[in-house]
Amino acid sequence: MKVAVSGPLRDAVGGAAAVDVEAATIRELLGRLVDRYPRLEAQLDAGIAVAINGEIFRDNWSEPIPAGAEVVLMPRIQGG
Amino acid sequence: MAGVHVSTTINGDPVEFVCQPAEVLLDVLRNRVGLTGAKEGCGTGDCGACSVTLDGRLVCACLVLGAEADGRAITTVEGLASGGRLHPLQEKFIEHAALQCGVCTPGFLVAAKALLDRNPDPTVEQIRYALAGNLCRCTGYDKIVRAVQAAAAELATDAAQAGKSGKSKKTRKQTAA
Amino acid sequence: MSHDASLTNRNFKVVGTRVPRPDGVDKVTGRARYGADATAPGQLVGMILRSPHAHALIRSIDTSKAEALPGVKAVITSADLPDKVNGRRDLLDILENCMARGRALYDGHAVAAVAAIDAETAKQALKLIKIDYKVLPHVTDVDEAMQEGAPIVQPWVRTAGGDPNKETNVSQISEFGHGDVEAGFAEADVVIERSYKTEQTHQGYIEPHACLASVGPDGQGELWVTTQGHYTFRNQCAELLGMEIAKLKVTSSEIGGGFGGKTHVWMEPVALALSRKANRPVKLVMTRDEVFRATGPTCSTSIDVKIGVKRDGRITGAKAVLRYQDGAFPGIWGMLGAMTSWACYDLPNVKSIAYDVLVNRPKVAAYRAPSAPMAAFAVESTMDIVAGAIGMDPVDFRLLNAAKEGTRASYGPTYGPIGIRATLEAVKNHPQMKVKLKPNQGRGMACGFWFNFGGQTCATVNIGVDGTINVSVGTVDVGGSRASLSLIAAEELGVPYETVKCTIADTASLGHNDTTEGSRGTFSSGMAIIFACRNAIEELRNRAAKTWDIPVQDVHWQDGQAVALGIQHSNLQPLTLAQIAAKSPRTGGPIAGHNEVVADGAGVSFASHICDVEVDPETGATRVLRYAVIQDAGRAIHPDYVEGQFQGAAAQGIGWALNEEYIYGKDGRLQNPGFLDYRIPVCSDLPFIDTQILEIPNPGHPYGIRGVGETSIVPPLAAIGNAVSNAVGVRLTHVPMSPPRILKAIKAERSLAGDRRVSAG
Repeated sequence: MKVAVSGPLRDAVGGAAAVDVEAATIRELLGRLVDRYPRLEAQLDAGIAVAINGEIFRDNWSEPIPAGAEVVLMPRIQGG
Repeated sequence: MAGVHVSTTINGDPVEFVCQPAEVLLDVLRNRVGLTGAKEGCGTGDCGACSVTLDGRLVCACLVLGAEADGRAITTVEGLASGGRLHPLQEKFIEHAALQCGVCTPGFLVAAKALLDRNPDPTVEQIRYALAGNLCRCTGYDKIVRAVQAAAAELATDAAQAGKSGKSKKTRKQTAA
Repeated sequence: MSHDASLTNRNFKVVGTRVPRPDGVDKVTGRARYGADATAPGQLVGMILRSPHAHALIRSIDTSKAEALPGVKAVITSADLPDKVNGRRDLLDILENCMARGRALYDGHAVAAVAAIDAETAKQALKLIKIDYKVLPHVTDVDEAMQEGAPIVQPWVRTAGGDPNKETNVSQISEFGHGDVEAGFAEADVVIERSYKTEQTHQGYIEPHACLASVGPDGQGELWVTTQGHYTFRNQCAELLGMEIAKLKVTSSEIGGGFGGKTHVWMEPVALALSRKANRPVKLVMTRDEVFRATGPTCSTSIDVKIGVKRDGRITGAKAVLRYQDGAFPGIWGMLGAMTSWACYDLPNVKSIAYDVLVNRPKVAAYRAPSAPMAAFAVESTMDIVAGAIGMDPVDFRLLNAAKEGTRASYGPTYGPIGIRATLEAVKNHPQMKVKLKPNQGRGMACGFWFNFGGQTCATVNIGVDGTINVSVGTVDVGGSRASLSLIAAEELGVPYETVKCTIADTASLGHNDTTEGSRGTFSSGMAIIFACRNAIEELRNRAAKTWDIPVQDVHWQDGQAVALGIQHSNLQPLTLAQIAAKSPRTGGPIAGHNEVVADGAGVSFASHICDVEVDPETGATRVLRYAVIQDAGRAIHPDYVEGQFQGAAAQGIGWALNEEYIYGKDGRLQNPGFLDYRIPVCSDLPFIDTQILEIPNPGHPYGIRGVGETSIVPPLAAIGNAVSNAVGVRLTHVPMSPPRILKAIKAERSLAGDRRVSAG
């Protein structure tokens, strides 16, 4: 599965715009990414969001990732 | 510093208080008299959130000294409703959703009442200029102007009916209730 | 119990009606209590001493004379606020912003605080505090702060992922986009590139920050405060002061406007620390001067935009470089500008690069759709220039390139059903577009985008024995949400709106709720209430089943009553909610429903605005003649307050576009910290603001809600910029477009035109 990485998170994965990871849930996804890119951990602690098929979730661990889903790792955002 | 003894009328009631010579009326109302309806938004007369009337004249309570209230009559937002009945301006503000956060609302109501007291049938432009000393950051003023228009219309209808029936407005309302 | 958040309800009975708000009477009679309206027995007055310097080393602070003044009960400095967060940077930044730690980082930065028996004594005490400053070089302009050799605001800051040894003011560089923009520009028939600047603005809420803090020697505390997020304030204050979260009860007062500015703490930890030291309640209320100088405005920015387009109007490449100043502490505001900049369009090749930059100005806070208005000003102005260059109508040009369901957003994900095209179609059909313009008048339009958020949310629904309903929520009511949330509860339970009473719970009465930001109030609390009501309905069915002594699966909930299904129960008359509630003491006790949820699936929203202006060519003064807002609300729960959000956001945008700006002197001091010189729109400045609510339901919410509060502050800067530029025939690239700036632009164009005539002759 291709996971798109956006914004300042790209730096932690070595500048890549997308990485290949296999994961069935957000928890698996984040765990495997941190294993491979330890620098990502600080970003995950600060807060990120995962968009699955266009719907933005936070880091809700149990959220399933359907096969073939479009997955985007995004920075957590703030609003007014 | 020695305090100043002040005898005044607030919303029709006789009130006495002692304040510092440099203390503004807004602080007296809020901190000594317990009337927190008037708000401090700026303390410099720019926002109108502390609007009250002094002998019928619209003022910013943050620019008037407490000592100046001696022997005069003050009306605050707390004095607009009569008994259990809201003033038409208050009713129309709720009906027209003319408030969001509501912190500027007391000032707007006092200023709008001062306008309608001297000009019962204002144009939109007259309303906008009469309320230009009151800042609202939530509404864009649209629904406020409409509420004032609606209140003016209702007050005019009330006055016309009172004139026809020869009864005072208050009596008519009480009869209706 | 887990519930289905997907869109299920399209036929509403009470949702969408214009009911009176429950807090209306309190707010028109002066009875509503805001931050500064609370008192406690024995309370002291708190005041803060602030730096007059933009950047200075604090060599020493002598508080002895202030402490000795009769009536002074506590004096604190950063020494009284030690690091309790193990150096956790985000929290330490907030703490350092509340009270300088060895260095004053901006004009207005707090350096000490006192609590005294009255305001006079407190003022006198502040004057007795002696501070030895060593003034340091400062920088307040975003472009200057990025240059080599600029004064360094925070010596510990390194560009994330950059040189670990290099001191810098650039805290973060963020890149978003897809495709190959350079290839896109190469393919284009016309390429337009422009640079823009926007000045710093403040949310300008009418109520200054205010709180009443009380901490005892037993470590228990209470805080009454005007805030958008009392749970966030509780957690931040507890962490910063080393208190236990459960032992600090925070109650949100009525809030007199926030717009993002009341999303994190500014002086509340100071009030608590003063109270702890004095062992008395402390009331701390900011002056307007303090609000401007020392709370979080939004960024000033400098932005470059480049668009490449085919003659047929298709955009082939789009790029933005955005420089946002975040004040004296690192922020994510430039990043948000980059994420939102191109969100309205369907682009094959797009790139945004954002620089987050430190300067000696106050810590930037969120301001309604934070960062998006400035990016939209740059992008939407350039869109108009491009449309002009290829001879296309600006609305048609946008429609041709607008995003739609299935478009990959420039910030990453692919859109579901969205409303941008619908708003543009509505612009085309809007009567304002047909009004004839006179000399010196101009018309402009622009689009805007905002994400909208969800987040952690709880709600409780308690049913009284008389059948009336208490709804408790933890999102603050910033603009009428108690009315809309009551409508939602009434809808879901099937009872009249008048029987529902919605209250904002304090932090001891309900679980954690994220701050009311990102237009999430009605979206998230609405979702939690719907789910809590569904739980309550389960219980109501159980009680009805017990009352009838039949299996619960035979009981159906319909229009506010329990109905027994099946021919064998045809003798049973339906039981109303009130009838079931009346029996509740004997059928199992109180009936309630709870829900705790991370409300995901917030729907993005789009708006298009139309603006007609008249510019006086002699003075440069602009008058807004007509203004129309068209926005997708998903579902308008209470249309009056949806319209109110649209109008209020537009008015803030109009002020930003034409007047409002922070003006810093060469000395780095803010020159206009008051409503006289920082002029927000007044009633006589504005026309009636026309609104059109579009409803393209959000599939991720049971009622289709998207959130409405923020999006409409995004288009006004550009809509007005386009209108003014069309009126005067010169492109305005610097916001606010105040009379001197407009005159300067007109004069520059005239002298350029003169040069052209000379060279042509």
